[in-house]
Amino acid sequence: MSKDIVLKAENIHKTYGNNEILKEISFEIHRGEIKIVCGPSGSGKSTLLRCLNLLTQPDEGHVWLEGEEITTPTMDINQARQKIGFVFQEFNLFNHLPAVKNVSIGLEIVKGMEKDEARDYALKELERVGLEEHTHKYPAELSGGQKQRVAIARALAMNPVIMFYDEPTSALDPQLIGEVLDVMLQLAKEKLTSLVVTHEMGFAQSVGDNMIYMADGKIIEQGPPLELIQHSKHESTRQFFTHIAELYERERR
Amino acid sequence: MSFWEAFLQRILTATVITIEILLFAIPFGVLLAIALAVARIYAAKPLAIFAAGIVGLIRGLPLIVTLLLIFFALPKIGIFFSPFWSAVLGFVLCTGAYQSEYVRGAIQSIEIGQSEAAQALGMSKFREVVHIILPQALRRALPGISNEIIYLILYSSLASYIAVEEIFAVARYINSIYHRAIQIFLFAGLLYAAMATVATAIFKLIEIRFRIPGLEIVR
Repeated sequence: MSKDIVLKAENIHKTYGNNEILKEISFEIHRGEIKIVCGPSGSGKSTLLRCLNLLTQPDEGHVWLEGEEITTPTMDINQARQKIGFVFQEFNLFNHLPAVKNVSIGLEIVKGMEKDEARDYALKELERVGLEEHTHKYPAELSGGQKQRVAIARALAMNPVIMFYDEPTSALDPQLIGEVLDVMLQLAKEKLTSLVVTHEMGFAQSVGDNMIYMADGKIIEQGPPLELIQHSKHESTRQFFTHIAELYERERR
Repeated sequence: MSFWEAFLQRILTATVITIEILLFAIPFGVLLAIALAVARIYAAKPLAIFAAGIVGLIRGLPLIVTLLLIFFALPKIGIFFSPFWSAVLGFVLCTGAYQSEYVRGAIQSIEIGQSEAAQALGMSKFREVVHIILPQALRRALPGISNEIIYLILYSSLASYIAVEEIFAVARYINSIYHRAIQIFLFAGLLYAAMATVATAIFKLIEIRFRIPGLEIVR
């Protein structure tokens, strides 16, 4: 396998009851690549991300991270997860910890870093997402956009080889989306390998290297974002993007 | 010696014994509660069932029966405890079993996202439970735990049935000599009320100390 491939998924299947959520999902992400995943609600995008870091166990298929298969039973999954930064739609900040501690706890507890060192490191990461003034605040004292930026800082602090974003702006009020996207844009420009589930087409077009369109648990097509959005050969893809465009049109007005 | 002199001297000695028993029973009771709750939720099936069995058994027995069994029945199989330690053991089991249900409910009330975020950082289950789940769950369980501890302070009087010279035992004994039931039991009652009040105040302070900023309920 090429050294340049950070993550490779092969033939991922996941079924809940009679409902096949993921069917034969295979793709790979190269170092520095920003891959966008989009598709209608229920198409399996979130489940796909969760299967890739084994928050959800796939029924079938293999995942390699930097050439090492993480889906073997002998793999220490906690080791692999440290290398994958995961940003959740609902932020999932640790409610009992202030922002700085949310970022440093992984460094201290998982990476075994000294308390003071972890704290300094966390402060730097919070500065990177523009939150140097809010480091002592608890999640309940932060706005949605600030929470998500803390969550991004928390993931970045672990120095991951790839970032997963699971609809990172979908739980935010429209006026708060920008501050999160700005941080994501900046990271994308730094060529931090990312897999981004999002409906933010502006973001997808400006930094996405590649886009996957999913429906009914399958990859319908993939390619450069602009090509998919504007010149898709598939009827369902075209309908989806037309629909998204209309929605955003309405929101802007 | 006058009645009051004799009474006060003995009842205060008894109060010290009661407090000593409680100072052992309360922390170990809380620890047992956490262990039982964590075992029931996270442990492998056999251990989880065992923990549930302990809780069911202890909650199914009147405390007085538990105490009598520890003090009178265990020696028959070669396990001896002094009255003091029999009382401590009985109280730890009882309060631990009851408190564990508050802790279990609190753990189950923590949003799944907290656990997922911990896992995504690469935390082991143990670290997740210790650093992420329990600190939040114990805050939620605190009012219930304080309730059980106040019960425990009051039902520590049952230790009088296994020859512990605690407040209630001494009160009964003094009354059998002086026959001044109202003064004696009212005074004993005040001692229990005083201990319960102190415990309430301590729990209030703990609650304030560990309150999470931004999550206070605003009237």
